[in-house]
Amino acid sequence: MNNDLKAICKDIRLDTIRCIGHLGVGHIGGCLSIVELLGVLYFDAMHIDPKNPKMAGRDRLVVSKGHAGPAVYAALANRGYFDKAELLTLNQGGTNLPSHCDMNRTPGIDMTAGSLGQGFSCAAGIALGSKLENDGATIYAILGDGESQEGQIWEAAMFAAAKKLDNLIAFTDYNKLQIDDTVANVCDIAPLADKWRAFGWHVIEVENGNDAEAIKAAIAEAKLNRGSGRPTQVILHTVKGCGVSFIEEAGVANHNMNLSPEQTEAALREVEGAC
Amino acid sequence: MEMRAIYAEEMAKLMEADRHVCILDADLAKASGTRKLYERFPNQMFDCGIAEQNMASVAAGLASYGFKPYIESFTPFATRRCCDQIAISIAYAGMNVKIVGTDPGVTAQLNGGTHMSMEDIGVLRSIPRMVIFEPVDGVQLRAALPVINAYDGPVYIRLFRKEMPDVFEEGYKFDLFKADTMREGTDLTVFVSGFLTPDVVAAADRLKAEGLSVEVVNVHTIKPIDRETVIAAAHKTGRVLTVENHNILGGLHAAVLEALANDPVPTFAMGVNDRFGEVGKTPYLRKVMGFTEEDIYNRMKELAAK
Repeated sequence: MNNDLKAICKDIRLDTIRCIGHLGVGHIGGCLSIVELLGVLYFDAMHIDPKNPKMAGRDRLVVSKGHAGPAVYAALANRGYFDKAELLTLNQGGTNLPSHCDMNRTPGIDMTAGSLGQGFSCAAGIALGSKLENDGATIYAILGDGESQEGQIWEAAMFAAAKKLDNLIAFTDYNKLQIDDTVANVCDIAPLADKWRAFGWHVIEVENGNDAEAIKAAIAEAKLNRGSGRPTQVILHTVKGCGVSFIEEAGVANHNMNLSPEQTEAALREVEGAC
Repeated sequence: MEMRAIYAEEMAKLMEADRHVCILDADLAKASGTRKLYERFPNQMFDCGIAEQNMASVAAGLASYGFKPYIESFTPFATRRCCDQIAISIAYAGMNVKIVGTDPGVTAQLNGGTHMSMEDIGVLRSIPRMVIFEPVDGVQLRAALPVINAYDGPVYIRLFRKEMPDVFEEGYKFDLFKADTMREGTDLTVFVSGFLTPDVVAAADRLKAEGLSVEVVNVHTIKPIDRETVIAAAHKTGRVLTVENHNILGGLHAAVLEALANDPVPTFAMGVNDRFGEVGKTPYLRKVMGFTEEDIYNRMKELAAK
């Protein structure tokens, strides 16, 4: 499985770069930072059926940092939700793949997100719904670190703990960068783990949030937490732009950056060359 | 019987019939009249605490799971406070969430200007997919709730929560998308919504005795407005007055004007004249805003007599 997951994540990373590179601009940094998380979720953790995207009782994923759409689409295409060729339609008029996730357009997207903070509350609502239906589903949510400056994140954190939604597993893509500057410089969210603990969550920190095996282990631990009455927050210490050196080095500038055809080629070559 | 008690009774019936119907509160269940339902429907009533934005998006999540959530609060907090959540989590995502705002306009009374929403219709009217409904009395509310519950999409219910005299009769047939002509007339057409409707009907009856004929149309659904009825009723008399407990900018007056824009009829407004509310009892506030019962009668008389 180890090698498989690595290969899968490599494909998702390549397709994310192709998807954004074809358009020439996009949220490449925050897409590449969650490639391993998406790989583990869609290919290992989640009980889903690409042939039946609306399957009752399926596990659900809300990408609350909705701007990571291209990486999610790359993962969905690799998982067989739709043809990979469709990835090149990103943000073209009439596409099913808009920059931010839209449940009414893309097969496999469980919730519309993009206005930051809202998706996480939706995920809490979904987790509550799953509890009421008693269908045993696990509800996943992916939050941005910058997104965690939204007050609604903490409203939802309080709500999920108060309502004992231990079927909810949230991940924070803690890459430490946002649009204007570092998260620390803009309006620091540290100490993040302490905050989540104080809100009544079970917290797991993953030092290398771009290590698929470490993410797998964290999810396994989170699932054991079911029955505790506490939702789980997995803080993933990630690298924004992970896997492509010049994008990583762009730092704060990689949130939404231009990719020339040459840069796209170079990025693909680098990822292809990686073991 | 108070409107909120009627609302709670009807919601209990809907929840009894369908376990997917649920209510979310932001610490104002008592004000909305639904607090006592918590014991009876523990798996359908959820108090989210004072966090309206979270409540609105949680409701969207529940709706995506096949539930039919109603979110409740005072009008400004059910709309203005969580406007982006209504726009994106609910309307843009196409989620079947009902929004119940109580104490509209001046009826917020002693809570004063901070709690007095004069703009909620205008704000929500410009969000695609939103349906905006404002009931008049208990008869209409009872008839409307099952229809609204069966409608698959977001609906805003602008609910006056205290007692209202019945102006609709038992057996009243409700169509969410059809305005109700309450009095036929030839000299003036009045379009009215919400708690001011009985006063307009009473004024029309007084004027009838004085030889003036006023058509009264209750526009219970302000969006989508029943263009057909509005246009026909306006042209029938050639003169229009709108009466509303809301800013005349963006509310019923604006909606009627938009409907009449291609074939205009002189149209006059009574309502909140682009100002904030203030503290006081409803009679005082109606005086300040210029729409007391007597103000309405006098204006209707003046326009009908022209």
